[in-house]
Amino acid sequence: MDSDALLRELAPARLLQAYRKMVEIRRFEEKVFHLFSTEPMPGPLHQYNGQEAVAVGVCEHLTRDDYVTSTHRGHGHCIAKGADINKMMAELFARDGGSCRAMGGSMHLADFSVGMLGAVAIVGGGIPIAVGAALSAKLRGTGQVAVAFFGDGAINEGAFHESINMAAADKLPVLFVCENNLYGFSTALSRVVANERLWERAAGYGCPGEAVDGNDVLAVYAAAGRAVARARAGEGPTLLECKTYRQRGHSRFEKPTYRTREEEEAWKARDPIPTFARRLTAAGITTDAALETVDAKVDRMLDAAVAFARQCPEPAADLALCLAFAEGDRK
Amino acid sequence: MTAYTTIVQALRETIREIMRADDRVFCLGEDIGVFGGAYRVTEGLYEEFGPERIRDTAISEIAIAGAAIGAAMTGLLPIAEFQFNDFFFCAMDQVCNQAAKSHLMFGGQASVPVVFRAPIGATGRAAQHSQSLEALFMHVPGLKVVMPSTPYDARGLLRTAIYDPNPVIMLEHKQLYGATSPGGKAKSAVDEMQAYMRPAPAEEYAIPFGQAEVKRAGTDVTVVATSLMVHRALKLADRLATDGLSVEVIDPRTLVPLDTETILRSVEKTHRIVIVHEAHERCGFGAEVAAVVAEEGLDLLDAPIKRVASLNTPMPFAPKCEDYVLPNNGRILDAIRAVTV
Repeated sequence: MDSDALLRELAPARLLQAYRKMVEIRRFEEKVFHLFSTEPMPGPLHQYNGQEAVAVGVCEHLTRDDYVTSTHRGHGHCIAKGADINKMMAELFARDGGSCRAMGGSMHLADFSVGMLGAVAIVGGGIPIAVGAALSAKLRGTGQVAVAFFGDGAINEGAFHESINMAAADKLPVLFVCENNLYGFSTALSRVVANERLWERAAGYGCPGEAVDGNDVLAVYAAAGRAVARARAGEGPTLLECKTYRQRGHSRFEKPTYRTREEEEAWKARDPIPTFARRLTAAGITTDAALETVDAKVDRMLDAAVAFARQCPEPAADLALCLAFAEGDRK
Repeated sequence: MTAYTTIVQALRETIREIMRADDRVFCLGEDIGVFGGAYRVTEGLYEEFGPERIRDTAISEIAIAGAAIGAAMTGLLPIAEFQFNDFFFCAMDQVCNQAAKSHLMFGGQASVPVVFRAPIGATGRAAQHSQSLEALFMHVPGLKVVMPSTPYDARGLLRTAIYDPNPVIMLEHKQLYGATSPGGKAKSAVDEMQAYMRPAPAEEYAIPFGQAEVKRAGTDVTVVATSLMVHRALKLADRLATDGLSVEVIDPRTLVPLDTETILRSVEKTHRIVIVHEAHERCGFGAEVAAVVAEEGLDLLDAPIKRVASLNTPMPFAPKCEDYVLPNNGRILDAIRAVTV
């Protein structure tokens, strides 16, 4: 089914759930941007604005038992996978009570209770780990799938090559979701690859590859649905290239001097959230007023998350020593 | 009961018995299945456990390490073999940035109970197949580092390693395996040191990490040695005993965690210490031990601390040059004599 067919066929509750998840991510990022602009927040920040349709379109197919690995730009993957938003916010405030007890920060959010196996900040570093989670699911016979989210930068790491080859050879239940936002930090993809059709690389590994409009949540949902079904059926991995755009700079307040205003405006016009909202209202699935209610609910949730974060204590200075090694044994 | 008289046998039978009892354990690596492993550690296991649990992989060290890490994070207990420890360099991000850091970085949510095994040591294979990289891993918090020198230790430490909730690097000296690769190139030192190769009994046991073993008691000088050098030190200690010198040989067995207490207690008795390892000298394990002794036991010492290790140059191919670079008997003896005159 394609994007338009899904708009007709999917239950309205499903569609509105996808909308809400995207709004949660966007408003989370806006809230965080505001905090970083107005308060002395610690650490780096890599925002997901503009790419929400990818995380949501994929994760709407996953259960909490499925696995994802993520990147330094991981807030969206966490929220889409159902991570605890209060704890995410507390982590950004470097509070004990955060997702990672203030040991990881923005680049390392994780929520193992919902299969979010962590954001890693070495480009490409999470991809082999997703393959391992998929191998584990296969060996345990659980039917779980794993998803590796990564960018167009990571697809040029050796880790990608080794991982997708192994996954294809062993028919592991894993999705390789490449979010092609056209730039690896400042460097345009076109300057570092000869073939910009990244999805075509799949053929070299003997698995399917597909290019997707990464700003259309239903297009992502459709492609991810095929890939998840293949994975669960034991048919192995799929490479999805989701073409999208990060609306902000690479990190924190970095100004993307390497992009043109025209390019930014063109992508802004294709912002995944308002475009999806217009389709929902045009199809009579919901109304502007109802969507505004959703937005307001999300804002209240995020206000509560900030309040939660503020009241969490700072970690003890020596917590890092307590967490150097895991205790006990695995018998 | 039959005992296991070689390290390769001790490792293999320990893996076999644990895999029989525990579905969570599996092995992956290059040529470990159909071929039985470059140093035969997994020989026969593929026939018993099949391709899913004894996994032959592509020559992809990043994927081997990452697959093991992801599986370990999600409930399994993988044993990943690197065919030579030199190949770790291809996978250092996975080992040092991912496996080592996940427990802390994710606030204690993750544990990574994986064993990375690899052969170490010089056997005439030149610069890229001869290294002993334990110090690199010691330097990365979150990793445990184990170096067995006997079948007894290999068996007991491997069991502990498999069930430890942290990533464990287990480094095994090629000359101590007691088996040679089918190519037959690897020298085996086992025959000449049989007397010190404490066999492993067939019954199950575990050796806790962080417990050094005094392999030979002595009163005049402490020699802290690892892996193959334990045997070299023991042999020299025999020889020196006939000259009336009493050498205590300590094998730390695990470098992280390190049993500094046993070392310091020994220095309290001997007032002299020589540290011997095959890895290069600069920033090696010996430097760490020397620093600990200097910081915590300087006033116990009657002589300068000595280190004997490979010289600070990549390992050369020519046997004559290799022997010169390695911590050979002459240099070990010189160091012991220098601190005991």
